[in-house]
Amino acid sequence: MKPLTECTIGCEGRIVKIKAKDPIKGRLFSLGLAKGSEIKILDHTLAKQTWEVESDGTKIALREEEAASIFMEPKGSCG
Amino acid sequence: MNKIKVALAGQPNVGKSSIINSMTGARLHVGNFSGVTVEKKEVFIQKDGYEIEIVDLPGIYSLNAYTPEEQVAKKFLYNEDYDLIVNVVDANTLSRNLIFTFQLMDMQKKMILVVNMIDEVEKQGGRVDKEKLEELLGIPVILTSAKEHRGVDEIVDQIIKTYGSEKPKNKLYYDERIEEQIEKLVKVLHKSPHFKDPDEARFIAIRLLDRDEDVYRTIHDLPIFIELHEMLGKIYRDLELEFDEESTTDIMNDERYALSKALVMKALVTPPKKVTLTDRLDKLLIHPVLGLPIFLFFMWLLFQITFEVGSIPMDMIDAAFTEISNTIKGALPSGPIRSVLADGVVPAVGSVIMFLPNILILFLGINLLEQTGYMSRAAFLLDGFMKKFGLQGKAFIPLVSGFGCTVPAYMAARTLKNPKDRIITMLVLGFMSCSARLPVYVLLIGAFFPSSHAGNILFIIYISGAILGLIVAKILRTVLFKGEPEPFVMEMPPYRFPSMKALAVELWIKAKLFLKKAGTFIAGASMIVWFLSSYPHDTSLVESYEKKIETAIDEAQKAELQNELSAKELESSYLGRIGKAIEPVFEPLGFDWRVSVATITGLAAKEVVVSTLATLYAVGEADEQSSTLIERLRENVSFKAAIALIVIIMIYSPCIAAMSTFWAEVPQWAWRGFYLVYPNVLAWLAAFGVYSLLGVMGF
Repeated sequence: MKPLTECTIGCEGRIVKIKAKDPIKGRLFSLGLAKGSEIKILDHTLAKQTWEVESDGTKIALREEEAASIFMEPKGSCG
Repeated sequence: MNKIKVALAGQPNVGKSSIINSMTGARLHVGNFSGVTVEKKEVFIQKDGYEIEIVDLPGIYSLNAYTPEEQVAKKFLYNEDYDLIVNVVDANTLSRNLIFTFQLMDMQKKMILVVNMIDEVEKQGGRVDKEKLEELLGIPVILTSAKEHRGVDEIVDQIIKTYGSEKPKNKLYYDERIEEQIEKLVKVLHKSPHFKDPDEARFIAIRLLDRDEDVYRTIHDLPIFIELHEMLGKIYRDLELEFDEESTTDIMNDERYALSKALVMKALVTPPKKVTLTDRLDKLLIHPVLGLPIFLFFMWLLFQITFEVGSIPMDMIDAAFTEISNTIKGALPSGPIRSVLADGVVPAVGSVIMFLPNILILFLGINLLEQTGYMSRAAFLLDGFMKKFGLQGKAFIPLVSGFGCTVPAYMAARTLKNPKDRIITMLVLGFMSCSARLPVYVLLIGAFFPSSHAGNILFIIYISGAILGLIVAKILRTVLFKGEPEPFVMEMPPYRFPSMKALAVELWIKAKLFLKKAGTFIAGASMIVWFLSSYPHDTSLVESYEKKIETAIDEAQKAELQNELSAKELESSYLGRIGKAIEPVFEPLGFDWRVSVATITGLAAKEVVVSTLATLYAVGEADEQSSTLIERLRENVSFKAAIALIVIIMIYSPCIAAMSTFWAEVPQWAWRGFYLVYPNVLAWLAAFGVYSLLGVMGF
């Protein structure tokens, strides 16, 4: 288990924990980022301040802070 | 005729607007939701003796509303009187969308589910089982594709059918342990005369488990509150312990998540995952290195087109209004009515309508960016940079628009969902020098700088404005909006080809609203300016000059006397008196009363500064190229004062049209007041600083 921000582009896995508090947690949930969802790291900006992930066909942009509050269990070796 | 009122609800980017736009025989009406500037689109359809009104609610991800627009949609769903809900979902992201559908179903209203963009799923080899969905959800389901006009008109038939039939029995039940608690809550709720209806009581109970603050507030003032409050505390604790979760909100969410997964498993054949066009475009457009240059190119292109193409009809509109003005002058007898029409209202309305082409092109561009899905990519790319100044990635769009015209820029700030981000952005927007300020800069640079430096000076002025804007944003964020900027969590919708009809409709709406709002306001404001500068008439002054003009030797002298007369007349007008009264304010900046008045009239429109200076320095009709005006300025205004004037123009309040737009967009009086005062104070201080500094340096 590790935060998204420690993963690299292309990394895939399953969300195991979301540490964010409401209302952010609720927002992440309604975009499909919930415990148990599949997730894939698609992109980040040069300075890694903004991240793009994909879950269940939805692409979502996140700031570093929010991405760091989501923990995933990566499939295979990545990051 | 029977009336049916329908609430059209759904998550953002599911294509609700395109469904509304492609309905046959629909009349579109655009207004605002009461009390807020969120656009309210309604369509009216007549069919089978029914008058159907469909209200397109702002996109809403969840009843646990987050943004102000979502709050509007939620409030409508909770409080307005309507007959049924049409819930639109995107077939591509069905499972995520259904979670909101469940929340809507909790409301226990008559409801229709519209699964849109079905063509996209089917093209990729997927399938949605309509019958299965209907059976599992217990509500009618329609598969549609707004793009292919498939199923859209069925919605209307289904609305009539559902309206006339009994409400179907609720099929949405949660885990037994949750249902038990819901039942307990319902029992207590029934004690209040407000919640005798079992369906409504159930909904309230569920929302309380969802920790919906709006619902909590409504029960707060009821006599049953104490009992309910105690019970809720226990239920929260019990459930959280039972499910080992932090909050009942999470428990409800997990429940809906599981339900939706199960449902999708039964009713949806998921298409095999392929690399989509969006994936490929994103590889390039948000590339860590190439993304930003590509974005800057698009922006550059947008502004090139806006001002190059926009300026073509501008001259034509200008000429047309001059023509109208001349016709009035020819047709009406000389007098105040002719004067107010020909010199006051017509040129002023013309000067506003002149901006319409610019505004429409800019809006078309921004709409294109929005509807293709590129806007969220731009926000993604710029968020890191903008965050340093306490702004959001999306704030870039209105800020850049500000260089064209502040009016559409204020409206573009609507794309910022967070009210704090939006206010900060709007408060610094005025520092992006709009195109109307260009004539003033050109005049002053021409008068006080060698022509070889003109371009550089102009560039410095524009850049200083932008830098000032970012700095002030940072200060506002640290002083007035303490704390972290709002988190940035945003959906990046797939790239889509925008519907031309939708674009045209949007543009038409924008044009109409702009003409109506700015037109009425500007016409009124300019009448006041006209009145202040034309009255009171000093007849003895006019008579004495008329005699002098009659006895003048040649045409040149006549013209000079005529100019002198207008200057004297202006000096004795209300505006002149105001100028004299405010002169002390501007004296520390080295302004005489004429420059002071010009500065004040610049509040009506920035171009007016040039024409006012020309009139006040009595050189008759003049523009920024006028060499006599430049000479008079050199004689009467010091270099220091000229620079101070440039600084003032750069910073102080924008024109009346822009101010009224701000007024309309921001309902809070505190911000309106702040907005009226702070740019002017800042402008004065900055100008005074520069003036003094130049004095020390020996200019």
